[in-house]
Amino acid sequence: MAQKKGHRSLSSDDPEELARVPLQAVLLADSFATKFRPITLERPKVLLPLVNAPMIDYTLAWLESVGVEEAFVFCCAHSQQVKDYLNKSQWMKQPGTFTVQPIESHDSISAGDALRVIYNLGVICGDFVLVSGDTISNMSLKEALQEHKERRKKDPLAVMTMVIKHSKPSSLTHQTRLGNDEILMAIDPDTKELLYYEDKTDQSQRFITLDKMLLASTPTLHLHNDKQDCYIDICSPEVLSLFTDNFDYQHLRRHFVKGLLVDDLMGYKIFTHEIHSSYAARIDNFRSYDTISKDIIQRWTYPMVPDVQYFGNCSQMKLDRLGIYKAPEVDQSRTAQIRAFSLIGNGTAIGDHSVISNSVIGQSCTIGRNVSIQGSYIWDNVIIEDDCKLSHALVCDGVHLRAGVVLEPGVILSFKVEVGQKIVIPAYSKVSLLPQPSKQDSDEELEYADANSGVVESPSITSIANTRNVDPVPDSPDAEHSDTSEVGISGVGYIWSTTEGGHEEEWRHSIAPIPAEKLMEFCLSAHTDLGVSNQDVNSLPASGELQLDSESTGFDDGEDYKDSADFEKEVEATFQRVLAGVNPENVILEINSLRLSYDMSHADCAGSLFYSIMKSALSAPFSSNLSFGNLI
Amino acid sequence: MMDFQVVVLAGGTAKKLAPLVSKEVPKALLPVANRPVLSYVLELLESSNLKDLIVVVEGEDAALRVGGWISGAYVDRLHVEVAAVPEDVGTAGALRAVAHHLTANDVLIVSGDLVSDVPPGAVAATHRRHGAVVTTLLCYAPVSGPSDTGSSAGKDKVKKSRYNIVGLDPTRQLLLHIAAGAEVEKDIRVQKNILRAVGQLEIRADLMDAHMYAFKRTVLQDVLDQKDTFHSIRQDVLPYLVRTQLRSEISANGLHKVEDNANGRVSSQNYVTWMSQHREIAPSAYQELLALSPRSPENALRTHKCCAYIASKSKYCARLNSIQAFSDINRDVVGEASHLSGYSFSSQNNIIHPSAELGSKTTVGPQCMLAEGSQMGDKCSVKRSIIGRHCRIGSNVKIVNSVVMNHVTIEDGCLVQGSVICSNVHLQERVVLKDCQEFGVCSSCCRSHL
Repeated sequence: MAQKKGHRSLSSDDPEELARVPLQAVLLADSFATKFRPITLERPKVLLPLVNAPMIDYTLAWLESVGVEEAFVFCCAHSQQVKDYLNKSQWMKQPGTFTVQPIESHDSISAGDALRVIYNLGVICGDFVLVSGDTISNMSLKEALQEHKERRKKDPLAVMTMVIKHSKPSSLTHQTRLGNDEILMAIDPDTKELLYYEDKTDQSQRFITLDKMLLASTPTLHLHNDKQDCYIDICSPEVLSLFTDNFDYQHLRRHFVKGLLVDDLMGYKIFTHEIHSSYAARIDNFRSYDTISKDIIQRWTYPMVPDVQYFGNCSQMKLDRLGIYKAPEVDQSRTAQIRAFSLIGNGTAIGDHSVISNSVIGQSCTIGRNVSIQGSYIWDNVIIEDDCKLSHALVCDGVHLRAGVVLEPGVILSFKVEVGQKIVIPAYSKVSLLPQPSKQDSDEELEYADANSGVVESPSITSIANTRNVDPVPDSPDAEHSDTSEVGISGVGYIWSTTEGGHEEEWRHSIAPIPAEKLMEFCLSAHTDLGVSNQDVNSLPASGELQLDSESTGFDDGEDYKDSADFEKEVEATFQRVLAGVNPENVILEINSLRLSYDMSHADCAGSLFYSIMKSALSAPFSSNLSFGNLI
Repeated sequence: MMDFQVVVLAGGTAKKLAPLVSKEVPKALLPVANRPVLSYVLELLESSNLKDLIVVVEGEDAALRVGGWISGAYVDRLHVEVAAVPEDVGTAGALRAVAHHLTANDVLIVSGDLVSDVPPGAVAATHRRHGAVVTTLLCYAPVSGPSDTGSSAGKDKVKKSRYNIVGLDPTRQLLLHIAAGAEVEKDIRVQKNILRAVGQLEIRADLMDAHMYAFKRTVLQDVLDQKDTFHSIRQDVLPYLVRTQLRSEISANGLHKVEDNANGRVSSQNYVTWMSQHREIAPSAYQELLALSPRSPENALRTHKCCAYIASKSKYCARLNSIQAFSDINRDVVGEASHLSGYSFSSQNNIIHPSAELGSKTTVGPQCMLAEGSQMGDKCSVKRSIIGRHCRIGSNVKIVNSVVMNHVTIEDGCLVQGSVICSNVHLQERVVLKDCQEFGVCSSCCRSHL
């Protein structure tokens, strides 16, 4: 050991020396993001349970399995909690070859800062694996490491190998199933060198512009948008010094990777390693939390599945048919149903006639009668009283839902929130005991709350009835009023107003599946977009003067689509007002005048009306008993 | 090979080849190994059993000459119609002029200056197999410059050897991006929607558009009608079709609707597969969408396919469109691509017509050609060169890496290296020509060093 330390500075030059260096890993136990707020105000992201085990356990188990001997866990936000957890866990105790060392820092606000701290400590002496503590993988690193080392021997400028995996983003929403934005990469097919990387693509831009110099050294390159970045990097020690040299590098991808690719003076190169059959993904947002949980339950991550003991604190799960996992002590009523792809933790009781499907339930939860839980994640010690309905919600430890509570898709309830009787929490709401910090953008990179920062006026749960207008599904008015009186008695928590992205973007990263209307909207806008994009396409200067004629063909087309889409939207909006209680006679008049102003035919009008009717019927299946017949 | 009409664009008197071509020798009749360059295309087409041809020539005079030659050479082998079009109308203009002759479903358009052994039948078959609106032949870009003289500077090559930038799908059958002409030197701009549809785009700079295209006739005619500013097939029509392939503007007849596109690369299908991933989570949403999506069938995206046929690296493919290309092709046709020339080579790997006369101690090296009726004096040396018909060459003449056309007189002691000497040129004693790429018609030269 002493010898190794002495040679630290020389080690990278001599391959023999390299071979003797133990494989090290840097695990960032802080995501430097706020995507998991409000939960991460109280607990660090890496300790959040994923299928009833903290995320960091998955990452550490994987690091151990790939032969890492020393792992440095970098803690920043809630560092004490992370350290306490590690001290209690078997990672620190076990005598084997795998050692875990926490590194604590309080003033780091980005991955860049973290790596600079690690550089200053001087603990890294060879190639190391850089992951964040929310990475789930079962890949073998052997091949990638081998490739990395061989490249290093030939070319000392090859400082990093990125692991990528095939994953095609949806053509409508342009995000992957993990909820990440699409990534554009250009890769040299022969050397696998990364030539271009873009993860925040400008959606308004219809072209990708690649520098012509990219093709100067290689005749061929592959441009991908069907690859997913696994955020597992094999780095050479130079990476750390690069971060120190460029003190403004903060983000691993946005600054470091792009910085290296753009900078041709230094000539550092980044390579990629594609995995095909093994699993690797990172939990970046609530949607990836949902997707990866399902992948674990469906055993894509084997051996990291609930019924295999890969780290000590895992209780004995039993796998039944249809992907149902049950802890040994589950108190399940005879009439309760547990459906496919669900997991029930130890000591949980489920009452009569309750139905659970596609959900994960933690330990020591109490679930009452007639409860329906679908696609949801319920952590430990949660009490759900009778007749609650949960769909696609995330419920943290110690939450208490009183009888008749309805959680609409995408709801997040943070620790120890209590919800009063018969309250409906609108879709995509986030409820926490802590008030929402006001300055969102200034400390965007921080995972923990800044205690001194101001607090916005968050509506407390007692005022929930007043915020009901956010609710996209109109409910019958009398139910709403009956709520108000009882909420005040038992509700505890603040409803957070939606953050930077606004309500519009909330669905992208939510646990809930993308609503059908949203996809429909995209489907329609894809048409209009393309129509408009034709102008763009045609304004490409070719040798002929294309601009003139393009205006006449492409543009008209686009305009037309726009008109009809606008018209439909207008009609729909007007129609919604009938449901809201406006006199149908007036609405008929309005729709007629709309038809005239947009110069649409009766058939178009009837079609749009029909569409609006069907759409509202979809979104509120039980609520309306109005007769629409007189409208048409 | 049913229902394929062939249009050979034979050009006129291209300015780029200025002193080589003239009123007497239009581009199509430039000699390559002592045969007009057009004969290579015609025989290539004949070998794929494409015998009904329209040869379009710019300029009436040139058309007469080309027509005269074709009717003489191919009288009972091919059915050729020669059409004259005005000069400088461009390739698109030339096609507009003959558009009314086109009746077949598909049209194969070949440049008359193509010297290649890539079977046009393969391009046509690819076209038919995919039901494409256009299929283009791509071949590996030649490394320009004479390989042995080393005259072209190495650093120049990187820039020069780039002809096109093409984008292909992973199967290398669909043409998804093409930059031609001035675009090539700019940054590469790829359309996002096309990338999204395929997921992976292979961008290559080592391929060249060989100017052999199969077009769906209706589409070609539509584009030529609608876009009257289009001048060139290579730079306007093809790039236009490629970049509008996901949003076709051309009229629908014979075009594929998204639904019947079997390739799975078009958005609606991806969208359905994407939905099906989510089916188990939200089965209702899935069904609603399927039910709702064909709500407006007239809004369905119209797409068309652009395909590429990539010739294998072993195939020869070059276009005679510059003087450099002229000497390169002449060299190659008696050299590495000798199977194209149609001659049988002697054991010394050269062709010496039986009627040629050689003086004593005159050597003709391999990869040379000496056509009928040419005479050479004593102690001459010919290396990697082509000498035309009825040339008179004195003694002690050295000819290296050169093309000497017909009826040329070269007197004693001349040195010709890396040069092209046109017909009827007279070189007097001890002329030295080095890397002198063209030598005008009927000029004669005294003792000089060029």
